[in-house]
Amino acid sequence: MAAGAGLEQGFIVSARQRPQATAVVEPGRGTITYGALDHLSDRLRDRLSSLGVAPGDRVGFCVRKSIDSIATILGTLKAGAAYVPVDPQAPPSRAAYILDNCEVKVIVVESGLAERLFAELTSLGAAPAVILLDSDKNAGAGLREALDLLDRASVAPPMDSASNKPTDLAYILYTSGSTGKPKGVMLSHENAVGFVDWCSEAFTPTAADRFSSHAPFHFDLSILDIHVCLKHGAALVLIGEEIGKDAPRLAQLIADEKISIWYSAPSILALLGQYGNLRSRDYSALKQVLFAGEVFAVKHLRTLCELLPQPRYFNLYGPTETNVCTYYEVVPPVPPDRTKPYPIGAICSHLQGRVVDERGVDVTRGAEGELIVAGANVMQGYWALPEQTAKSYFKGADDVPWYRTGDIVTEDETGCYTYLGRRDRMVKRRGYRVELGEIEAGLYRHPNVKEAAVVAFADDQAGVSILAFLSSREEKPTSLIAIKRFCAENLPLYMIPDKFTWLDSLPKTSTDKIDYQRLKAMR
Amino acid sequence: MSDSVMQKIKDYIMSEFLPGEDPDELTPTTPLISGGILDSIATLKLVVFIEEQFGVNLLPHEVDKEHIDNLDRIVLLVRSKNPTVA
Repeated sequence: MAAGAGLEQGFIVSARQRPQATAVVEPGRGTITYGALDHLSDRLRDRLSSLGVAPGDRVGFCVRKSIDSIATILGTLKAGAAYVPVDPQAPPSRAAYILDNCEVKVIVVESGLAERLFAELTSLGAAPAVILLDSDKNAGAGLREALDLLDRASVAPPMDSASNKPTDLAYILYTSGSTGKPKGVMLSHENAVGFVDWCSEAFTPTAADRFSSHAPFHFDLSILDIHVCLKHGAALVLIGEEIGKDAPRLAQLIADEKISIWYSAPSILALLGQYGNLRSRDYSALKQVLFAGEVFAVKHLRTLCELLPQPRYFNLYGPTETNVCTYYEVVPPVPPDRTKPYPIGAICSHLQGRVVDERGVDVTRGAEGELIVAGANVMQGYWALPEQTAKSYFKGADDVPWYRTGDIVTEDETGCYTYLGRRDRMVKRRGYRVELGEIEAGLYRHPNVKEAAVVAFADDQAGVSILAFLSSREEKPTSLIAIKRFCAENLPLYMIPDKFTWLDSLPKTSTDKIDYQRLKAMR
Repeated sequence: MSDSVMQKIKDYIMSEFLPGEDPDELTPTTPLISGGILDSIATLKLVVFIEEQFGVNLLPHEVDKEHIDNLDRIVLLVRSKNPTVA
C-alpha cells in the first residue's frame, strides 16, 4: 500500500465518481449523498485541524449511529487522525476511561450523552476539546449545525486531507480486557485497507448494493459495513440500537430498505428466524448474508436458510486484532440431521494461518492446536500495553509476527479450519468478546461482594449463558434485582450475568485458588 | 383490574427472569430494562407473554424503556390497549 492510499480514499473516489448517489440512509429520518458527505467530512477535517488535531492524534466520538457519526469517521481520517468510537449505551465511566486512556485530542459527543460523560472525564482529569451535537437532529444536521456555530466564532481555514501512510493508525477499537479494563486494539490504514480490499474480492459488491450497518461502530464488524460499502459507492443503511434487536421491526426494515448485503452476529439472525415472521415479506433483494462474532447454532441457521433460501451465506471468523481471517460458505439447505456447527473455513487469500502447540511448533494436520495468523490485517498492538502486545504474538525464527488468536482449531486436508474453543477465559456473547475476568472485576466493585467468580456455558437460545457465583460481606446477600441494577450501571449490557448464585464462600483448590471446575459442576 | 394485570406480569417476570428473588423486591417502579433485569431476548419473551395473555398488540416503538421499563408503565400500556382485561 502506497502513502496516500488511506482507508478514506475509497470513499473519496466514490464521492468524485457519483456525488449525487445516496451514501448513507438513516431509515425514517433522512439520507445524505456522497457529495454532501464528502463536503461535511471536509468541514469536520478543517475544524479538527483548527482545534489542533494533527496526523498521529486520536479523535473520539460518543454519538448514536447516524450520518453525523459516519461524517466524524471520515473527517477524522481526512485529518490524519485515528478514530475511537465509544459505545453511547455503555456506562459513562467506561466511555470516559477509553477516551482518557488513548488521550483523544477532541471528542464529538451528542448533547443527550454529554453531561454524564463530561463528569466522568473531569473526574479523570481529562479535558479534550469538544464538538457538541444536538441529539435531536437527523441526517447530518447535528454535525452541520455544530460546525456552523463554531464557524460563527472563527472560521476553520480549509486544509488539504492528510496523506495517510500505511503504518499510521486508522482507528482504535476497545475490547474486553481480562484485567477488568477494556484494551485498545490499534489498527493501521494498511491493516484496514488490506481487509477492505479482500472483501471486494470475496463478495464483489457493486454501487447498486445496499449494505446493512447493524453492528455498533465500536464493534469490528462495522469496518466491513462502512468502508467496503463506501469504497464501492453503495448505500449504507444505518440500523440504530433501538431497532437492532427488535426482530419483528428489524425484519420489516430489511424488506423495506431492500438490503442486499447483510452482516451481523448470528444471534440477531437467530432471532430474525424465530420472531421475524420472514415468510410474510419480500426479501428478493437480499443476496448475501454474512455472519461473524460467535458460533451460529445449527438449528437456528437451518431455520433461517429454510425461510430465506436464495441468499448466499458466509460464516466469517476473526478477532478484532486481525478482523476477518477465515471464511466459509454455507450452502443451503442445512441437512436435517446436521448438529455440528459449520467450520470457520479457509484462511483469507491475503493472510497466512498455522495451527501450533503451546511452544509455537506446528501440529500435524488434523490435530488440535491454536490458530496463529500473519499478514496485512494483523494489528499493530494494544494501546499503551507493550507487555500484552508482546504476549499476543508468536515470533519464530523468521521474525514474522504471528498473532495468537487464542482459538483452538483443527485443520482438515483442504486447509479448512474448525473452531473447537478457547485456550483462555474469553467467550463470545451476541458477537461481543467478553473476558470473564472483566465481569468479575466489575462485580468486585460492589461493596457487598466478598468473592466473585464467573463461568460460561454454551446455551442454545442465547449462544452463551454466563453464571456468577458470589459470596457476601454481610449476612444478608444483596438482592438479585439490586445486583443486576449494579451491573447495568457498571458493565455493558451484554456482560451482565444471566444467573447469580450466592454461596457462603466460593470453593477453593488445594492451592487456595477459586475452583472453577467445581463451580461449573454446580450450575 | 390493574392489580390483576400487574400481578400476572409480575409473576411471569419473577418466574422467568428473577427465580429465587424475594417478590417484595420487585416493586411497581423497579427499572426492568435500565436495571439490567430484561435484556433484549427477555424483553421479546415478555412482549410475547403480554400479547398472548391480554390479547393486545404492542407496536414496535412501544417496546422500549419509555413504555415498559417498569410494572407501572406496562400496566398503563396494557390498559390503554385493552380496557376490558380483568
